[in-house]
Amino acid sequence: MATTPTRKVARRVFAREFNDATYTFKESDDDRAPLYVLLPTGERANRIFVVGTLTETEDVGQDSEYWQGRIVGPNGGTFFTYAGQYQPDAASMLRELEPPEYVALVGKPRTYETDDGDINVSVRPESITAVDEAVRNRWVVETAERTLERIEAFENGSSEYIQMAKSEYDHPIDTYREQAIEALESLDSQPEATAD
Amino acid sequence: MTETDLRTHAEDIYEQFSDQLDISVEEITERLETLVNEYKVPTSEARRSVINTYLDEAGMDRDDIMGGGNERKVVSDVDRAEEWIDLKAKVVDLWEARSDAVAQVGLLGDETGTIKFTKWSKSDLPTLEEGKVYELRNVVTDEYQGRYSVKLNRTTTIEELDEELEVGDDEVAIEGALVDIQSGSGLIKRCPEEGCTHVLQNGRCPEHGEPEEDGEFDLRIKGVIDDGNQVHEVIFNREMTESLTGITLEKAQEMAMDALDTSVVAEEMHDRVLGRYYTVTGPTLGRYVLANEVEEPGMPDHEAVLIKARSI
Repeated sequence: MATTPTRKVARRVFAREFNDATYTFKESDDDRAPLYVLLPTGERANRIFVVGTLTETEDVGQDSEYWQGRIVGPNGGTFFTYAGQYQPDAASMLRELEPPEYVALVGKPRTYETDDGDINVSVRPESITAVDEAVRNRWVVETAERTLERIEAFENGSSEYIQMAKSEYDHPIDTYREQAIEALESLDSQPEATAD
Repeated sequence: MTETDLRTHAEDIYEQFSDQLDISVEEITERLETLVNEYKVPTSEARRSVINTYLDEAGMDRDDIMGGGNERKVVSDVDRAEEWIDLKAKVVDLWEARSDAVAQVGLLGDETGTIKFTKWSKSDLPTLEEGKVYELRNVVTDEYQGRYSVKLNRTTTIEELDEELEVGDDEVAIEGALVDIQSGSGLIKRCPEEGCTHVLQNGRCPEHGEPEEDGEFDLRIKGVIDDGNQVHEVIFNREMTESLTGITLEKAQEMAMDALDTSVVAEEMHDRVLGRYYTVTGPTLGRYVLANEVEEPGMPDHEAVLIKARSI
């Protein structure tokens, strides 16, 4: 059977876990082979989908525009996204949006090593759109669900990526569960969720 | 295929015709061997061909013999290519044949689902009519990118049945975020050639080249719905695109006219729907889900997730 390149799924992950995903890898030597970051809960991610609050935008470029956006989640974690001339649509969104605003971001994980030797994880956007609170709340629940699924698999299973995460990282997995709980609890404090 | 297997087939055939014809098991085995070993015909087809020859010689109908046919299958059972099977199915849909080699192409259905069929021009078979139920004998299965189809060929027999057949629902329901709108979405032009549904790209139809008349405007979204575990490509036709985006074909044409550019429509659609959650139901076609219904899902039960989170 012919194998056609298939679109990679967009993982749901809270910012704290994403920013811990500093290990990247490819699965073939081909130049065009997809690049993955390894999530500490034992899953590979070539693309992520994030909905959160865009709190700040800034043109950090020197010669040409290079926009940085900070997207904050319900448990305080922050995603960083960068868009320049090769992501013109996303760059113009970051230029035009006025924070704070709920945004949906689809993009590819990228890592960058700082002068101090730290590895920063960010998102290279494929698209950024302004959305409403309902979309953001739905994302929080979905991301908690996906995170818990990964944690359960991590504790009970032994996939290739779980093995990889166990050997590459030393993060206490339970913090990701706590962050999922924190994110879900934050929905309770909102007016429509308390009416019963 | 071993000699013994062929001999077993030959013995079966011998049983069926020994009353009518003066034949021997050796003679039948030889015929089967020629077809299978020299002409590389699949055994089931060889068996069929040999049976047909003897049916002719004996002046009998296929119905006169028992058990000489293929395995009778229902649509959902088709899970291998190159199997010779019999099907009772209704013609659910007829599509435009893209090639002269194809007489008819479309969708057959039974209680268990639907499957694509192709009828070759050179097979010289009667025309199938939409909505009618047929007994199709000796069709061969095929597979392309994980999807199965059946081919009606020269040896296929088609019998129209005077009965109704409830066609099973192979619709899928998917829910997730719309994470991408692919190129070829928005305000598009279709080839004006009679019966052609190709989308013009830079004013050209892949089949008819640059048409003399202007193409016909249409709306479409080829999108990607992603739930974090699975990815589905979805096609929203004009009606679905209009209800999804709130942009009618008329409005889209106005927008394009004002901007002197059709791409403003797709851009506006991006802003309105990308990154939102949808529930889409519809049949699948190849790798696409064809949206028949689109809804915005309600809020999921976060309390249940919270209980789970605390328990693991």
